[in-house]
Amino acid sequence: MTVFLTIVVIALFGITLWQMSKILKLSQNSANNSQIANDKDNNLQGKLMLAFVIFLYLLTIYCFVQYHTFFLPESASEHGIDYDQLMLISMVLIFVVQFITQGLLHFFAYKYRGKKENKALFFADNDKLEFIWTIIPVIVLAGLIIYGLFTWTDIMDIDEEEGDPLIIELYAYQFDWRARYSGEDNVLGKANVRFIEGINTLGLDVSDNYGKDDKITNELHLPVNRKVIFKMRSQDILHSAYMPFFRAQMNVVPGMITEFAYTPILTSEEMRNSEFMVEKVATINKIRKEKSKKLVAAGEEALEEYTFDYYLLCNKICGVSHYNMQMKIVVESEEDYEAWLKGQTTFGEQLSAQASN
Amino acid sequence: MSATQGDNHDHDHDDHGHHKETFITKYIFSQDHKMISKQYLITGIIMGIIGIAMSLLFRMQLAWPDHQFTIYEVLLGKFGEDGIMDPSIYLALVTIHGTIMVFFVLTAGLSGTFSNLLIPLQIGARDMASGFLNMVSYWLFFLSSIIMVLSLFAEAGPASAGWTIYPPLSALPQAIGGSGTGMTLWLVSMAIFIASSLLGSLNYVVTVINLRTKGMSMTRLPLTIWAFFVTAIIGIVSFPVLLSAALLLIMDRSFGTSFYLSDIYIQGEVLHNQGGSPVLFEHLFWFLGHPEVYIVLLPALGITSEIIATNARKPIFGYRAMVASILAIAFLSTIVWGHHMFISGMNPFLGSVFTFTTLLIAIPSAVKSFNYITTLWKGNLQFNPAMLFSIGLVSTFITGGLTGIILGDSTLDINVHDTYFVVAHFHLVMGISALYGLFAGVYHWFPKMYGKMMNKNLGYVHFWVTAIGAYGVFFPMHFVGMAGLPRRYYTNSNFPYFDDLTDTNVLITVFALITAAAQLVFLYNFISSIFYGKKAVQNPWQSNTLEWTTPVEHIHGNWPGEIPSVFRWPYDYSKTNENGEYVIAGQDYAPQTIPLQDGEEEMHH
Repeated sequence: MTVFLTIVVIALFGITLWQMSKILKLSQNSANNSQIANDKDNNLQGKLMLAFVIFLYLLTIYCFVQYHTFFLPESASEHGIDYDQLMLISMVLIFVVQFITQGLLHFFAYKYRGKKENKALFFADNDKLEFIWTIIPVIVLAGLIIYGLFTWTDIMDIDEEEGDPLIIELYAYQFDWRARYSGEDNVLGKANVRFIEGINTLGLDVSDNYGKDDKITNELHLPVNRKVIFKMRSQDILHSAYMPFFRAQMNVVPGMITEFAYTPILTSEEMRNSEFMVEKVATINKIRKEKSKKLVAAGEEALEEYTFDYYLLCNKICGVSHYNMQMKIVVESEEDYEAWLKGQTTFGEQLSAQASN
Repeated sequence: MSATQGDNHDHDHDDHGHHKETFITKYIFSQDHKMISKQYLITGIIMGIIGIAMSLLFRMQLAWPDHQFTIYEVLLGKFGEDGIMDPSIYLALVTIHGTIMVFFVLTAGLSGTFSNLLIPLQIGARDMASGFLNMVSYWLFFLSSIIMVLSLFAEAGPASAGWTIYPPLSALPQAIGGSGTGMTLWLVSMAIFIASSLLGSLNYVVTVINLRTKGMSMTRLPLTIWAFFVTAIIGIVSFPVLLSAALLLIMDRSFGTSFYLSDIYIQGEVLHNQGGSPVLFEHLFWFLGHPEVYIVLLPALGITSEIIATNARKPIFGYRAMVASILAIAFLSTIVWGHHMFISGMNPFLGSVFTFTTLLIAIPSAVKSFNYITTLWKGNLQFNPAMLFSIGLVSTFITGGLTGIILGDSTLDINVHDTYFVVAHFHLVMGISALYGLFAGVYHWFPKMYGKMMNKNLGYVHFWVTAIGAYGVFFPMHFVGMAGLPRRYYTNSNFPYFDDLTDTNVLITVFALITAAAQLVFLYNFISSIFYGKKAVQNPWQSNTLEWTTPVEHIHGNWPGEIPSVFRWPYDYSKTNENGEYVIAGQDYAPQTIPLQDGEEEMHH
């Protein structure tokens, strides 16, 4: 990579120097020094246009080859499969159009580069042509819009009655996250920031019995294949709960409760062992090892080895530590999930423990 | 129209050559649109230098997060101690970079410069409808620029809530230092900026409607004027909404109201605010914010339409479709703002509506792109630097516009929202494209502004390094965004998952540094050409529009004698009679002031 960079830099500077020297040469024989493009300029610049579109194609290919590992792995949520499908279709469409239009634009620039004796064609209008290229985008976009809207409605249709969804509150504050599980009754107790006091850091209404069995955690554990409805609440300012592996994101807004729902379909374990992730983590650890070497040489601590876990990150600018506002997500089997949940204390227990102190 | 003509004539007698100009009235408090346009351009360029320099600083931070750079300490003072950038100043740099580039460079610097220069010259008017208001407009802009620059020196740092200044972050100094004095100055500066922009826009609209010369019907207007005219209208419709958003925010900050604030517990304290909603601010902000994209872009598209036609020696293809597209884009731009808010917590049904309107905007945009490409077809292309930048604009407009199809789709937006994918998208489609429009305009009308020619070879170097650099910066950035990397992160090192993106971030920063260096070539060319450039001839690009019928030396009132009348549309390039000869023998263009020749038919374009 560094080698590539160096080559790019050298090449660009080379081109600059070459052009600079040409300028000097050209400015010396100033027979035709009008600063208006002449046939020689047109010829050279036209060819450069052709070279440029080739550069653009190569850049595209390079990025896809080199960066295909950047794309997120297969979706870990159910609706994410439709999402990825729609994304793929849109991407293919975009690149076809990009390939053709950039090609035409730069090829015409090259092909019709000016010459003194040439005559341009006076071609001001053509209704048929214009109709065609109006109607094609109309049809294509209509298809995309309809497809997109169906998927959107499916994702956003959050029904608490249907099936047996798990209800979890995501609570955001500068600069961390908390999850509140609704307990046995699967109903979240009432809460408001005005109730925040002492260990009641999420502002639960102590008089609301639904809240007594709620469990507050700083990791998000989800059972696989069960729909989860997130109710999001912010303590201070705007945050955004972004869970890229689940194709899920929703802003967390003070003063209102926002919602998002999805069904996780791949456990953390399955994702960790997928071919994509094994390779990706290996690459990352290689990078980290090399970095550690430098760190150790400089007398600092080495970096830890990375194992993959799902994460949730804040994706709405929220202050100085915005870049490190994250929470670990664990997707596991129903049994593991139940076992973990049992180990967490309820809000009621916390309160009485404090009272007895 | 004859009445207008008469009025102009009177004006001619009153004003022309009768008053002495002092240094102050000529260069500082000038009411002459040509001087005001130069003032806009130079102020815009200076703001541009600041804005781009900021982007280099935070790009360096992103590429080499654990490296210490003395330059941070030199430029950022206490926020860059020991060469380590403070996270709060990182956010401030991002915020002010966005604000300066969008408003001060691309709105005022681009539209302000060229609307002022070209509207009177291309429609055949002695000056703007109100020279005085025009002067006030510039000086308000200047004042707002000064305040924005001063805000950089606020004790707790400049505004740092992102250029969209979403409350509560922007409303609460407890949440981030920059939301104190820095944000107050930001709001004051923007309020003045809006006043400036409104005065300017009203003037443009009135001038275009009332002061067209004899024969200059709306369908004979150059596309530049159409673009400036419609841009001014969108500005008038949407900027006041930003002002009201800002006023309510000022009240929330200073007078204890709760328009945007509710249920907040911060720094161990519950705030009294109740019942407000940040989503309201988002609606108000984007009601301006989205049309703003087109306020930035349409003038650039107008400029390139004119330049591509002139340099292709061909009429612009589909003049009426181009005008219709400008109008359609302008109309749609005011009803798509919600696509910035798909996941803001607003009703998902609204999301569906905004997806629909947003994707519709792709249609007029596609028509424009195809028309540009067809204009090149079978042309006799003259690759002046302005032409290169115009073609470059079409290229980045297509690349950046296409990814809009993904972001405009509410479903797909979920996972790329606020990632680097968005950053790449809007920089290409509005940032780079509009900058190319600005450069194209400067190269093309420099002879008109300063009576000198810019060096074309330096122009070529400037273009090619910029073109390669801009794609080098923003094309890989899409892929970084697809990895789910959020924007506005001070460093990505807290997520080991992003470790493999480091090299790409370095690559992007290197391209950014090279591209910025290429802009120095432009600056050198610009400044040295003003003083030492080759003297320009009256119509260097052999163009049809009216500005090239004025003398090279600037005079107050533009034309020494009577205002020229117009007999044809501005795009009669390479028009031939039936026998295949040019309508005017020996020249491939027919300026608007030339009456129809014997046997020539006027096109019903």
